[in-house]
Amino acid sequence: MSFVDYADTIKDGDTAIVFLGHESMFPVKVQHGSKTQTKYGVIRHSSDLIGKRYGSKVTCSKGGWVFILHPTPELWTMNLPHRTQILYSTDISLITMMLELKPGSIVCESGTGSGSLSHAIIRTVAPTGHLYTVEFHQQRAEKAKEEFQEHKVEHLVTVKNQDVCKNGFGVSNVADAVFLDIPSPWEAIGHAKSALKIEGGRICSFSPCIEQVQRTCLAMEEHGFTEINTLEILLRVYNVRTISLQIPDLGKAAEDNSSTGFDSSNQSNQGSLYGILQQGTAQFKSGVPLKEMVGHTGYLTFATKSLF
Amino acid sequence: MEESAKLGLRIREGDCAVLKRDEVFKAVLVLRRRKVIFEKQWFYLDNAIGHIYGTTFEVSSGGSLQPKKKMEETTTETKEAGTDNRNIVDDGKSQKLTHDDIKALKDKGIKGQEIVQQLIENSTTFRGKTEFAQDKYIKKKKKKYEAVITIVKPSTRILSTMYYAREPGKINHLRYDTLAQMLTLGNIRAGNKMIVMETCAGLVLGAIMERMGGYGSVIQMYPGGGPVRAATSCFGFPESFFNTLYEFPLSKVNSLVSGTFSSETLPSEPEYNVPVEEESNGSLDEKQTLIQETEEESSTEAVMESNETEEQETMDLAAEDTEYKESKEKGNKENIREKQRKQQERRRKLVETAALLEEKNADGLIVASRFHPTPLLLSLLEFVAPSRPFVVYCQYKEPLLECYTKLREKGGVINLKLSETWLRNYQVLPDRSHPKLMMSGGGGYILSGITVTVEKVQSDASSLEAQKNEEPASKKRKLQELNC
Repeated sequence: MSFVDYADTIKDGDTAIVFLGHESMFPVKVQHGSKTQTKYGVIRHSSDLIGKRYGSKVTCSKGGWVFILHPTPELWTMNLPHRTQILYSTDISLITMMLELKPGSIVCESGTGSGSLSHAIIRTVAPTGHLYTVEFHQQRAEKAKEEFQEHKVEHLVTVKNQDVCKNGFGVSNVADAVFLDIPSPWEAIGHAKSALKIEGGRICSFSPCIEQVQRTCLAMEEHGFTEINTLEILLRVYNVRTISLQIPDLGKAAEDNSSTGFDSSNQSNQGSLYGILQQGTAQFKSGVPLKEMVGHTGYLTFATKSLF
Repeated sequence: MEESAKLGLRIREGDCAVLKRDEVFKAVLVLRRRKVIFEKQWFYLDNAIGHIYGTTFEVSSGGSLQPKKKMEETTTETKEAGTDNRNIVDDGKSQKLTHDDIKALKDKGIKGQEIVQQLIENSTTFRGKTEFAQDKYIKKKKKKYEAVITIVKPSTRILSTMYYAREPGKINHLRYDTLAQMLTLGNIRAGNKMIVMETCAGLVLGAIMERMGGYGSVIQMYPGGGPVRAATSCFGFPESFFNTLYEFPLSKVNSLVSGTFSSETLPSEPEYNVPVEEESNGSLDEKQTLIQETEEESSTEAVMESNETEEQETMDLAAEDTEYKESKEKGNKENIREKQRKQQERRRKLVETAALLEEKNADGLIVASRFHPTPLLLSLLEFVAPSRPFVVYCQYKEPLLECYTKLREKGGVINLKLSETWLRNYQVLPDRSHPKLMMSGGGGYILSGITVTVEKVQSDASSLEAQKNEEPASKKRKLQELNC
């Protein structure tokens, strides 16, 4: 397994995702002789995981079972240990497309943070592209390096521990795209410009507050970026439910059923719709919005550096 | 500079380029001496050839393009500005230049910039406007009189934005942010073996090919006579990308699943993508197969090893279009031989594609079509390996509700999620920042999930999970009791 390559079977040293059911999962590092506790009992790596096919069902000691999934950047995003606030896949998708990332792209990123976006970028630019990621917090930079090694993608990424606003990305005129997720992105726009290729490229900055966006847009304009565009993307998730609504009892029905205007072709109790005690219900499937949803993550500001 | 030409940075004749003016895009084929009409302007692209992609041009009279140098923004000398509009009266007489005057200026071939300057000078109310209003006025006039277009290189970002704005019907109203979600949720990347079923003019296919960079393989399932790839050709992919692209007729999926597949017949040449009628046929290759009526091929097939009798064939041909008859009259031996070669080549590729599918180890499935998604999913997921993502797009929510339910019943999938994204654009200017427009609805819906090994026995845990998604039974009972 690697984060940039599918494998069929689970091997020693892999990072696998243990799926326990509805939205509940966690990552596990597969090791000979290791054990993992779940609410369904113990998973013994040597006998239960190694050599098994990804996507198969694993029965735990208490008789319960889990699925073992092949890691992807999206599953990692949902399960990674947070060291900072992270970017989720909804924003990541738009960033990837609007920065025009593809195999072979050279990308600069700052800050690395928990590496949620980093994994997605590496996945997209592999096998011939490269990610230069800058993180000023030493511990976080170290941890990110470790993770990239564990996930077998270290050859596609260079982690630098420095302050991007002061020292830039440590590369110049090589990048096709630059991504900024730092408190003061306007201070890094100049460095971003010099990191981008001479013939041009794309830039994106992620900020939660509109004041940050305003200063960033001004800086972009000053540095000659064009096509400056600020977006926000919201994800709406729906639960699929079967809903039953009661048919009101309006007393004895008139002889003519159609006069009620209700289409009685529904699955349930035709004919007795207007019975006295018969509970008439109409059933239908509905996509019900979640009670609570994420209303705002941040603004995404995109721009183009052109040759001129 | 030589290098940049090699990298495809320069506009060459025969390229598919995209014209851009403000937020409007149009894809064009770069050809010499060919009139292009874009945003109520006509011009020739001859002068653009050899320039670097991303260059901005000015349209001069006679329709030739002149590269526009980045100029210092000539700030109009306006030291005067009002504070509010209390004294501004709309009497329709603020502009002293008449319509004819402006037309005369244009006909003289005077630069747009000059015209805007003239308009400002001849506007009696301009100085009374607030600074912001002056800005807005200048912007509006510039947009109208300064004809500048930028020529950019096609990409998923540009083409999906363009299609959604210009021809949403052709791509089933798939908004670009929704497409972005699909590419990410499907874990599209180099080295994958993807299955794609789309009727989005080849836009989704192109987006997937861009993300795969020519590594791995894509199998495109197509309805009717052949895949539509109008949008795919706009991307300008190198030839090598197409070596990894396979196609397979949807109408052959069932026979492939049941093991009765034969490559004896092919759908008709991809021409108009007309649904081809199916009919049962006698034994071919000692197998019962579904056969599709084919144009053109039917004759060469007869020449080859088809069991169809001459009589049957001519009857079929009577229904064919006259084009075929003409070609038959002209048809000399060489023509037929050429056709046979093509025919054999297509058949070889079909067998190859069938073999790829039969391995049942695809790394993902992407569906975005005008068809009902449920039957597509139930069949095509057969070809996907366990622990792989799949994504289905639909313009409407209801079919995906059914698809969700059916997939749950069938099993072999987890982490099903029905979602939609909303996109909001912002105007960001000093003291004038606000959301631009709300886009919602019309962007379509997505159902995504992950395949797992298929269970023979329905386990209680999966039904538990299913229950969680249903309304709890106790609540239903309460409702009923209340109404008793």
